[in-house]
Amino acid sequence: MDYLLEGLHTALLLLVSGQPETWSAVWATVQVTLMSMAASLTLGIPLGFVLGYASFPGRKTLRLISDTLLAFPTVLIGLLVYALICRRGPFGDYELLFTLTGIAIGQTVLALPIVASLTAQAVESQDARLRQTLRTLGADGLDLALGCLHEARFSVILAGLNAFGRVVTEVGISMMVGGNIKWDTRTITTAITLETGKGEFAVGIALGLILLLMAFGVNLGLVLVKRKAGVR
Amino acid sequence: MRTPRTARPVPVVLALLALTILVVLPALAEETLMMATTTSTQDSGLLEYIAPLFKKDTGIELKWVSVGTGKALEHGKNCDVDVLLVHAPGAEKEFVAAGHGVDRRQVMYNDYVLIGPAKDPAGIKGKTVPEALKELAVKKAVFVSRGDESGTHKQEQALWKVADLPVPDKEAWYVQAGQGMMATIAIASERTGYTLTDRGTFIKYEAQNKGNPPLVILIEGDKTLLNQYSVMMVNPDKCPKLKKAGALTFLDWWVSPRAQRAVADFTLEGKQLFFPNAGK
Repeated sequence: MDYLLEGLHTALLLLVSGQPETWSAVWATVQVTLMSMAASLTLGIPLGFVLGYASFPGRKTLRLISDTLLAFPTVLIGLLVYALICRRGPFGDYELLFTLTGIAIGQTVLALPIVASLTAQAVESQDARLRQTLRTLGADGLDLALGCLHEARFSVILAGLNAFGRVVTEVGISMMVGGNIKWDTRTITTAITLETGKGEFAVGIALGLILLLMAFGVNLGLVLVKRKAGVR
Repeated sequence: MRTPRTARPVPVVLALLALTILVVLPALAEETLMMATTTSTQDSGLLEYIAPLFKKDTGIELKWVSVGTGKALEHGKNCDVDVLLVHAPGAEKEFVAAGHGVDRRQVMYNDYVLIGPAKDPAGIKGKTVPEALKELAVKKAVFVSRGDESGTHKQEQALWKVADLPVPDKEAWYVQAGQGMMATIAIASERTGYTLTDRGTFIKYEAQNKGNPPLVILIEGDKTLLNQYSVMMVNPDKCPKLKKAGALTFLDWWVSPRAQRAVADFTLEGKQLFFPNAGK
C-alpha cells in the first residue's frame, strides 16, 4: 500500500520538478508512438477496409490470419525484428538496432493487425441497406467506398485507439529492439522495467501514472474532436 | 465526384508523415561507442558516473545496453555493439577463444556475498562456501537462483561445482527466478530464502530497507566469491562496421591511472564498491 501512495507522490514530483530523465523517456515514447501509429494507420485502414468491403477469393483466409495476429506476443515481435535488423541481419546495413525507428517498426507490426482487423470488422458489420441508400443517392465506385468508410469512421477511430493502447504499453519490443539506452531509446515502459528491476517500485508506479496520464490526454483530445465534428 | 465527402483524412495523413520524418532525422552527430554490459554496472550507478568522465577525456559518447552477461556476449557475437564490459571470466575466455572478441583486459573487481534470513534457519553463517551449499542442499533450505545465464548465475553454478554438488534444477527448494538481481533478492526475501548477490546490489537493497533488511550477509570474503570485471573489443575482423579506433581508446582509457582512480573513488551509500586491478 505504501508503494502506491509513494508512487503517486513521486509521480507528481517527477512531473512538477521537470526531471530531464523523465521528460526524455516521455519524449521517446511520444516519438515512437507517433511513428508507429502513423505507419499502422496509413497502411492498416486501407488494408482493413478492403478486407471488410471487397469480396474476393481468399478474403476469409486473410481475415483469419489478421485476426490471429492480434495475439502476436510482443517479445516474439521483438525477437523477429531484432533478427532482421541486427548488424548481421538482412537489414543490418540500415543500422536500425537500438534506435527509436527500430522500435517503431516492431510496434507497427504489432499495431497493423489491430487496425486492419477492427476496421474490417466495422465495415463488415455495416447495415446492408447503407450501400443501397448511398447508391440511391447516386454514389458508385470510389464514392460508394469512401461513403462506407465515412460511415464507419468512429469504429475506425476506436480501432486506432485500441492499437494506440497496445503500442504505448508494450515493453517487449522496446526492450529487445531499443535496448533501453538512456537519453536515447529509453521509453516510459522500459524505464518502468528498469526501475522495478532496481527495486525502485515507487518510481516505477510514478512512471506508470505518467503513461496513463498521456493516454487520458489522447482520449480526451478525441472526445473533443468528436464533439466539434458534431456527432449529431 | 458527386458526393463531396471524406477528403479530410488526406491532410491528416500528410501531417503524420511529416511528423514522422521530423522525428527520424536527428541523431546523426558526434562520435559514439556502443557497449553491452551487465545489469550490475548500470544498477549500481557506476556507468552514469563513468560515462561523463570518459566523454570528457576522449570526446566519445558512450552508450550502453545493460543486460545479463549471456545476452551481452550474444550482442557481441552479432556485431550489435563495439565493446563489452562483463564479469564472467570463464564465458569471456570461451568467447575470445571462439574468435568473437579480442584484447580482453581485466579492469576491476568486486565481490559476491551469500545472503539469507537474519535468523539463518540452515545455520550457514561463518561457514566456507562449499560447506554452506552442502548444508543448504541437505536441509532443503529455499535458495533463489538468478537462473538467467548472467554473470552472477554462472558464478553460482561454478560454486555448486566447487562444493562437489550437482547444480540443482528441479528440486522444490531451488527457485530459478529468471530475473535481475534486485528482483531475485526480493523473491528470496518473500520466501525467506538464501541467494547469492553482488555486493553492490546488496548495498542498494540494504539502503532501500532503511538499513534494516530481512536478508543479511551470512558469508563474505571467501576467495571463491571474487567477481572480476573485464573489458574487451568485439572482433573487428568479424564485424566490419565496428568502430575500432574508438573501441581501442575505450580499452586504453579503462586501464589508465586516471580511470582506475575514478573507479576506486566511486561509492554507493558511502561504501567503495569496485576495486581497480588493471594489469594485475
